[in-house]
Amino acid sequence: MKSNFSRRKYIIGGFIALLVCIYIFRLFDLQVADNQYKENALSNAFLRRVIYPARGLIYDRNGRLLVFNQPAYDVMLIPKDVGKNLDTVALCEALNLTPQQLREKWAEMKDPRRNPGYSAYTPQKLISHLSQEDYGRLQEKLYLFPGFFVQKRTIREYNSPAAANILGNIREVNTKDIERDDYYRAGDYTGDLGVEKSYEKDLRGRKGVEILMKDALGRIKGKYEGGIHDEAPESGKNLTLSIDMDLQEYGERLMAGKIGAIVAIEPSTGEVLCLVTSPNYDPSMLIGKDRGKNYAALQRDPQKPLFDRAIQGAYPPGSTFKPTQGLIFLQEGVVTTATQYPCYHGYVNGLRVGCHGHASPIAIKPALQTSCNAYFCWGFKNMIDKKGTTSSKQFDKWKNYMVEMGYGYKLGLDLPGESRGFIPNSEFYSSSFRGANWSANSIISVSIGQGEVLATPLQIANLCATIANRGYYITPHVVKEIKGGKLDSIYSVRHRPEINRSYYDVVAEGMRMAVTGGTCRTANLPDIAVAGKTGTAQNPHGRDHSAFMGFAPYDNPRIAVCVYVENAGFGAAYGVPIGSLIIEKYLKGEISPARKGIEERMLNSNTIISSGVKKH
Amino acid sequence: MFRNLDWITIFLYLLLVGAGIISIYAASYDFDNAAILDFKEFSGKQFLWAGLGLLLGGVVLLLDYRLYEAYAYPIYGFVVFILLLTIFIAPDIKGSRSWIVIGGGLLSLQPAEFGKFATALALAKLFDSYNFNLNQKLTNYFRALMIIFIPIILILLQKETGSALVYVSLIFVLYREGMSGLVLFSVLCAVVYFVVAVKFADPLILGIPMGQFTVLLIICLIFCCMLLFYCKDMIIARNVIIGYAAAAALVAGLAAFGIDINGDIFFLTILAAGIVYTVIAMLKYKIGKFLVTIGFAVMSVIFLFSVNYVFDNILQPHQRQRIKVTLGIVEDLRGAGYNVNQSKIAIGSGGLAGKGFLNGTQTKLKYVPEQHTDFIFCTIGEEEGFVGASLVLIAFLALILRVIHVAERQRTPFGRVYGYCVVSYLIFHLSINVGMVLGLCPVIGIPLPLFSYGGSSLWGFTILLFILLRIDCGRKERRD
Repeated sequence: MKSNFSRRKYIIGGFIALLVCIYIFRLFDLQVADNQYKENALSNAFLRRVIYPARGLIYDRNGRLLVFNQPAYDVMLIPKDVGKNLDTVALCEALNLTPQQLREKWAEMKDPRRNPGYSAYTPQKLISHLSQEDYGRLQEKLYLFPGFFVQKRTIREYNSPAAANILGNIREVNTKDIERDDYYRAGDYTGDLGVEKSYEKDLRGRKGVEILMKDALGRIKGKYEGGIHDEAPESGKNLTLSIDMDLQEYGERLMAGKIGAIVAIEPSTGEVLCLVTSPNYDPSMLIGKDRGKNYAALQRDPQKPLFDRAIQGAYPPGSTFKPTQGLIFLQEGVVTTATQYPCYHGYVNGLRVGCHGHASPIAIKPALQTSCNAYFCWGFKNMIDKKGTTSSKQFDKWKNYMVEMGYGYKLGLDLPGESRGFIPNSEFYSSSFRGANWSANSIISVSIGQGEVLATPLQIANLCATIANRGYYITPHVVKEIKGGKLDSIYSVRHRPEINRSYYDVVAEGMRMAVTGGTCRTANLPDIAVAGKTGTAQNPHGRDHSAFMGFAPYDNPRIAVCVYVENAGFGAAYGVPIGSLIIEKYLKGEISPARKGIEERMLNSNTIISSGVKKH
Repeated sequence: MFRNLDWITIFLYLLLVGAGIISIYAASYDFDNAAILDFKEFSGKQFLWAGLGLLLGGVVLLLDYRLYEAYAYPIYGFVVFILLLTIFIAPDIKGSRSWIVIGGGLLSLQPAEFGKFATALALAKLFDSYNFNLNQKLTNYFRALMIIFIPIILILLQKETGSALVYVSLIFVLYREGMSGLVLFSVLCAVVYFVVAVKFADPLILGIPMGQFTVLLIICLIFCCMLLFYCKDMIIARNVIIGYAAAAALVAGLAAFGIDINGDIFFLTILAAGIVYTVIAMLKYKIGKFLVTIGFAVMSVIFLFSVNYVFDNILQPHQRQRIKVTLGIVEDLRGAGYNVNQSKIAIGSGGLAGKGFLNGTQTKLKYVPEQHTDFIFCTIGEEEGFVGASLVLIAFLALILRVIHVAERQRTPFGRVYGYCVVSYLIFHLSINVGMVLGLCPVIGIPLPLFSYGGSSLWGFTILLFILLRIDCGRKERRD
């Protein structure tokens, strides 16, 4: 009998051997073939607590602190670790919310459209910007709510209501930001507008991380391997702006009740001294809980305060364009300083461009002094209709000079959103005239800064700086220094248009004459030699735009300014007084008593009411 | 006598117990840790249990082997009495009344663990009785089953389902001693049918669930195979197989033309046809094996159709849930599936070579419940990786094969039957415990022998093994 069944030991032995083989195969599958469990284990046992660095501070050129940080507290949670029996009543009490609000916040957190990065295994933000008191109350009771923790972050605080267009602000990253740059995680902040955006990588610093171990109940069991894998955060770099905040604030006050811009540049360095746009807004509107609401309101505002007119507004430059024309004519040999053109109250040559009363015929310097339209029309005609070549070739030559002087393309200012203005080329006209022949007369208004040409106040100020420098400019920039970093080298390169320095002397002299005895006499300060050029730009919206560009002191310029006030009439009406006040304020620090009247008038005037524009 | 001891078994025993203590130390290691031998810690206590266990083993070895034969029934009777007593005097711990607390909580013992060797002794004694032959009389089966089922019932009454199920494994012993292999085969088929039928509820094939379709197909195949290999009747088998193939081709052809026949009707029809044909054909031959074959097919069909009823109406909701989670039908990471999921994560995170001793994060941070007892295998999987876990499994396999070898070399049915009882327990514990940790079996709370923390379990297995070693020594003494 025994021998009959002893074979069965092989079946029993074989059975267990087979089973062990199956188990080893399963082990291989779990441990070696499949990586999913390793990832699960990491999210299980480790809490990667991000330590946010302090964002860089922002100072003005005189060391005045403009933007700093304040703490803000976000309520975070890891959904997986939140127990089934969460005491929602106590939570509502601790957070100062109604149950309804809590439900909404919760739904919002889990909504895949509003929070695409939702995962039950990673920290999710329930509530942002908890107040200091709410934070204190929650912190005491946090132990009651497993899976919850408070993430400390910093948000911005501003020392002045001015310069929102330069400073920008910070906002929470959106899905696109996260896709573009894997540094960001949902709930992080990033710069929006202004230097906060353009210098984001310098300002944000580098996040640190602390790797903590947590047990099955979500309790922190200390640092992983004593913290050797932790990374300390690296603070953001501080910025020093080239902006003179006092001048900026003064400029904004002068522009109150007006629409337009002021740009002031230190010619020798290209540093922007002030960049005023009006109307503007208080940057502290865009921090904290109400950011979204306020931002939407600013977007809806018909006067478009978010639109930075100083760099985004493309305007007809009007007579501020004339110096560029003079420079081109001289360089091209179309005119010499002695060349005179007739002006019979305007340019009359088959068509008529009006002008005002002055001596005739007239040479270049007095033409600049009196802003004679006829002179520049004749010059333009003689250049474009030159014998032995075509209008197209001549016009493209002209266009190249304009581009060299900083028109038609973005200058490269270190702020986002700069407009390129508009300088047409010959193709543009060939297609506008549908192949028909065109000559100088067809486009004569270009010569006096009307018609198709458009420029930003920044480009006009940059031209003024080039003239002040007698022939070169440095790309304007608003950041003077990055502490512990290096400014982009493009902000130290001199750009020289292909125009002789002596011709710049001629144009500068003409502009000086305009101040001493021409269109800009309001700018004729007793102890500062100012040179300037007015502009009165016709436009289809309403009254003429009032423009001015000028620099001072004449021999050793320290400031070049452009003022552009929409629908405010003659250049001499607003442009010149505001420009001269900016110059005086910057160079003297205060306004002389004799000129207090002008200051008073500018501070209190409102051109919006009388602009002739019904809707902006 | 020590010359005659089976040192290979002792070596494997010490290896597994030692590895167990180290794993328990790792599993209960906290970051403000304590020494491995601190008697307040699990590892220190287990060390103490192991030391006392060895002492116990020594005592077992010193006693005369004939004592175990002589007192097998009294020992069994005593343990049964204790098991009965336990039901009444044991305190309620997590719903089970299986622990006897001695000396005001100083020592807790689980009598069910000691029932194992007592039952093994009694079973061995039964088979050793003069001229005992399992297949001779039906009462012999009845006596053997009674010895097995008395402790099962008592332990079930203590609400320790896992420990009770262990005794079912003694079916291996009955098999070894002559029980028809058909019983073992039936049990295997029942498990396969159940799993397949419950797990694959969809998609539908021929209007019936895929699981049911598959099981019916298997039943037909087994029917054919049994005709062929068991009844060894080539003609009948050939005719049935050809008939089935033709029927299958017909159905496939009809399906191609868009005419679907109900699967239940199809399979039942061809099975019935096959059975009727077999009945008619077999009238000319000897009947026994054909009857078995037909009976098997009929029982299979009945079983299949009752599975759904049992599953939906007889099983408790939590049992259904556990089965569903185990079969991967539902995923419930917070409830019944939590343990298994966490244990898979812990093991899976170990990788090829593991995270290193005491470097496991999942087990240290208490993600795996019961990690020093039933889920101790996780710690090995996480810290020692695929290599370490496989080595432990191989060590267990070596121990089991060695015990089979020792059992087979016994000259008396007593020694052999006792040895196979040990084999059965080890196989059951190993396969269920590791299967549960790997997510292949339902969660049944039984420890990994020699490894898991717990004095009763360790002592129970120590006594079990050392009695076998003592009997094995006796075999040689007898020869000398």
